Amino acid sequence: MEMNSPVGPNALDAPGIVGKPIDRVDGRLKVTGGARYAYEMQQDNVLYGFVVEASIGKGTIRSIDTRAAEKAPGVVLVLTHRNTPTQGTGNHREAHPVLTGPQVTRYGQPVAFVVAESFEEARAAAYLVDVKYDWSSGKYALRANVNEARVPKPNDAPAADSAVGDFAAAFASAPVQIDVTYTTPLQSHAMMEPHATLAMWDGNKLILHTANQMLNQGQQVIATTLKIPVENIRLISPFIGGGFGGKLWVNADAILASIAARQLKRPVKIALTRQQIFHVTTHRSDTIQRVRLGTDREGRILAIGHDVFSGNLPSEQTYEDAALQTRTLYAGPNRLTRHRLVPLDIPVASSMRAPGEAVGLMALECAMDELAEKLNLDPIELRMRNEPSEDPEKHIPYSSRHLVACMQEGARRFGWDKRNPKPGQVHDGRWLVGMGMAAGTRGNPLRLSKANVRLDADGKATVRMAMTDIGTGTYTILAQITAEMLGLPMERVVVELGDTSFPEAAGSGGSFGAGSSGSALFEACDALREKLARIAGIDPATARFADGNIASGEKSMRLTDLVGTGLDADGEIQPGRNNKDFSQQSYGAHFAEVGIDQDTGEVRVRRMLGVFTAGRVLNAKTARSQAIGGMVFGVGAALHEGMTLDARFGYFVNRDLAEYLVPLHADIPAIDAIFLAELDNESNPLKSKGIGELGICGAGASIANAVYNACGVRIRDYPITLDKLLTGLPMRA
Amino acid sequence: MKAFTYQRANTTAHAAAATAKPGAKIIAGGTNLLDLMKLQVETPSQLIDINHLPLDKVEETSEGGLRIGALVRNSDLAADPRVRQRYGVLSRALLAGASAQLRNKATTGGNLLQRTRCYYFYDITKPCNKRSPGSGCAALEGFNRIHAILGTSEQCIATHPSDMAVAMRALDANVETVDRQGDTRAIPIAEFHRLPGNTPEIETSLKPGEIITAVTLPPPPPGVQVYRKVRDRASYAFALVSVAAIVDSARGRIRSARLAFGGLALKPWRSPQAEQQLVDAAPDTSTFNAAANALLEGARGFGDNDFKIPLVRRTLHSVLAETTGA
Repeated sequence: MEMNSPVGPNALDAPGIVGKPIDRVDGRLKVTGGARYAYEMQQDNVLYGFVVEASIGKGTIRSIDTRAAEKAPGVVLVLTHRNTPTQGTGNHREAHPVLTGPQVTRYGQPVAFVVAESFEEARAAAYLVDVKYDWSSGKYALRANVNEARVPKPNDAPAADSAVGDFAAAFASAPVQIDVTYTTPLQSHAMMEPHATLAMWDGNKLILHTANQMLNQGQQVIATTLKIPVENIRLISPFIGGGFGGKLWVNADAILASIAARQLKRPVKIALTRQQIFHVTTHRSDTIQRVRLGTDREGRILAIGHDVFSGNLPSEQTYEDAALQTRTLYAGPNRLTRHRLVPLDIPVASSMRAPGEAVGLMALECAMDELAEKLNLDPIELRMRNEPSEDPEKHIPYSSRHLVACMQEGARRFGWDKRNPKPGQVHDGRWLVGMGMAAGTRGNPLRLSKANVRLDADGKATVRMAMTDIGTGTYTILAQITAEMLGLPMERVVVELGDTSFPEAAGSGGSFGAGSSGSALFEACDALREKLARIAGIDPATARFADGNIASGEKSMRLTDLVGTGLDADGEIQPGRNNKDFSQQSYGAHFAEVGIDQDTGEVRVRRMLGVFTAGRVLNAKTARSQAIGGMVFGVGAALHEGMTLDARFGYFVNRDLAEYLVPLHADIPAIDAIFLAELDNESNPLKSKGIGELGICGAGASIANAVYNACGVRIRDYPITLDKLLTGLPMRA
Repeated sequence: MKAFTYQRANTTAHAAAATAKPGAKIIAGGTNLLDLMKLQVETPSQLIDINHLPLDKVEETSEGGLRIGALVRNSDLAADPRVRQRYGVLSRALLAGASAQLRNKATTGGNLLQRTRCYYFYDITKPCNKRSPGSGCAALEGFNRIHAILGTSEQCIATHPSDMAVAMRALDANVETVDRQGDTRAIPIAEFHRLPGNTPEIETSLKPGEIITAVTLPPPPPGVQVYRKVRDRASYAFALVSVAAIVDSARGRIRSARLAFGGLALKPWRSPQAEQQLVDAAPDTSTFNAAANALLEGARGFGDNDFKIPLVRRTLHSVLAETTGA
């Protein structure tokens, strides 16, 4: 179905399995090692590949000597641009050609691929490949090259600019003004499982076990790159050890392994090393963000402006759309958002968890905090005064919006009334203690997805989709939907995902996974219910499904008596008018308390609470885990994470998990996330909205605002590390 | 990782003799060495596995101190009741380091010999005088937030990453060794690690074929023991600055003070001048300032690490206030 009209009452509305905090159905497999990831797939006769990365930022390969590597033990092939077939081209979402020529456009670009009988032999030989370069001068740092910014023109993203009213005039004449610039650093996804692929050819058919979030999209990219028909490519990815956007697109591992496997007529396996991931795959661009807020003396926004600079390779149009939420979060008659892209000679910048909002809210929501202080208003009160009645830019209704309820419930639970609005007043030994809050929002896209569900004579239902589960709980919610719709116990439902031989699905990304795949499955189950009702001679409208039976009035029949040798149905969901006629977002309010060691400037989070509304919650447990995971991401973004560019070489200096810091258990104390009841009749048949990225949206800003409240030092350059705070902290007497 | 041969040593003499050969390297916990081998920062042709040598005991010495075998794991040492009771600064330093998994594997001798975490040292495509003498120092004008402010040279501004060694420096530990002739010696920890000078590739005073067998601790000095580690996250992060302090004070007077610092130099740093400022002085701000001034004489930042100068000053104040109750 297309989402063209509101969803009426449906089978999910009665209390049932959907929504319950059910344990992950794949949990046991994961903790016992039974869930096998791409690199763990065993294959006879397999070879191992290792990437040789360019060690310059920009230039040309003058010479590449592979003789020593080729003679090294176990080596069967060394691919370079001299012996790699021509491939299709495009931006990083369209194609991923490798070893295309002597030009080096970015640090870490693969310049050779060594294939050997063992991983160790391949790696040892990779060090023997002798590459000589002619360097060219490159442009690496965002700030230093900001004058070269241009308007990005992506073909699959919202326009770079938006304007309503006369921002400049309204801001200039606003009685109260905030004009601040925030910067966020280069970030790496740092998921647990490295990018990995096992490639095999069967004649002209390619089979890839690969860690990829969107398999159908991946199929397309590989087809374009290798110039083979889509139907000759099968991607298999039943388990993925995290992605956060880093596995949305096809990376070098898949293409290199495919080319080598074809050439050698043997399966080829590769996993990037942790260090390689930082350069060989994508990252989130750093940003420079100027936020301007002009209000009347009561804090009502008259003018709201957000300008964002991010960087990418000259051949790419993808930009960090960090001003998107500013188009819709608060009311105000005069609005201006602009995104500019700076061409840089560093690896490809692309999506990382909540692209746009994750870092955009770290600027906007801190600017709002600064505004609240200037107005002498409580930060929640300021936000309530700017609560819009419709989308302020598109002038369309919200599908559902309960931000105010999130803020009020959060304030009550967190003890927000105990916050001292004057910074630097609360002491606990040598610790300064502060509280902060921030609003969060994330768009709710819907994408084409299909599903097939089959009920067999043994009473077992099997779901098949090319959907992925990147650790989020997709298997579980899809099993819940099926069990609910068909009136079966969970253990009679088998969900099979991660295979492009199954019906096409959206994949995992952009918070669209559960809503899109779940809705397609809902439709399939609905179609199967109808078939079963007709066979049973029951009016589908009155049929009830429970305990393996279909019933209506006095009549009840076993489903297993109706399916013969098995009965199946397909379902499909597509975005429609609802996705244009309604402004669709999930919302949240974040509350944080931090302590700052007044002597050393160390910031430690003390507690955090997120209160969210995201339509129907499909599984209270996995949803909470998702939200908490996002909030932890926010802690990292506020306090820890950042790749450092060394602009002499055009490379990221800190690229292992000892020096690229993400929060650890010890950094995450009392943390909780709750969802308020909400149903969204415009979003999809499940009445749900996306939650995969909501947790991060606003979390970092709440930490930053708590840091300010604790010590009175406002750091506008993330991450907020002790060296930045130190000079502003007075020594204890 | 380059191909290498593997040999298990059955006696310390055997281990010492084997280590004397060019390209030979001892492996104990391997928590640092294996990482470096994968990156070809270390390329030994032969690994001598000493894990089966009988060097895994913590014993009392006749002087009332402890003798810690070179193979005692960091977790075991931190949990040893004698260490916890008498050398709290060491137990806390150990537990402040690495992660539980690494501490279970890492050994006392290996901890002393771990290599710097300088980013450029870890990348064989970049200049580094320590890894590749004469190639230059990429950190001098590069990203040097974690680098040294004391005892640096134009050749190298790296730091030593150990926490354990900082506490041992405050405790005046001795490093016991044996060489291939079977001769033993005790190296004061002050002389064990070397400053970079013009030979940053030479990191310790160990001679070829000389291996660590134990670390001995003298009887614990009087006073309050504190280990304070300042870092970017709460766990599993190297020290930006750390202080191991043993301060004895009573009735408004400091009787003795030992201060060792991590994160400042290529060796655990001690400043007799700073300690001298404290002895027989009142534990107050001016005394602490005098100590900090003495410590930081000659300190130099290289840009990103300039903050370490005020940070160590503030951390020292904090630790002295804590240990003296000021």
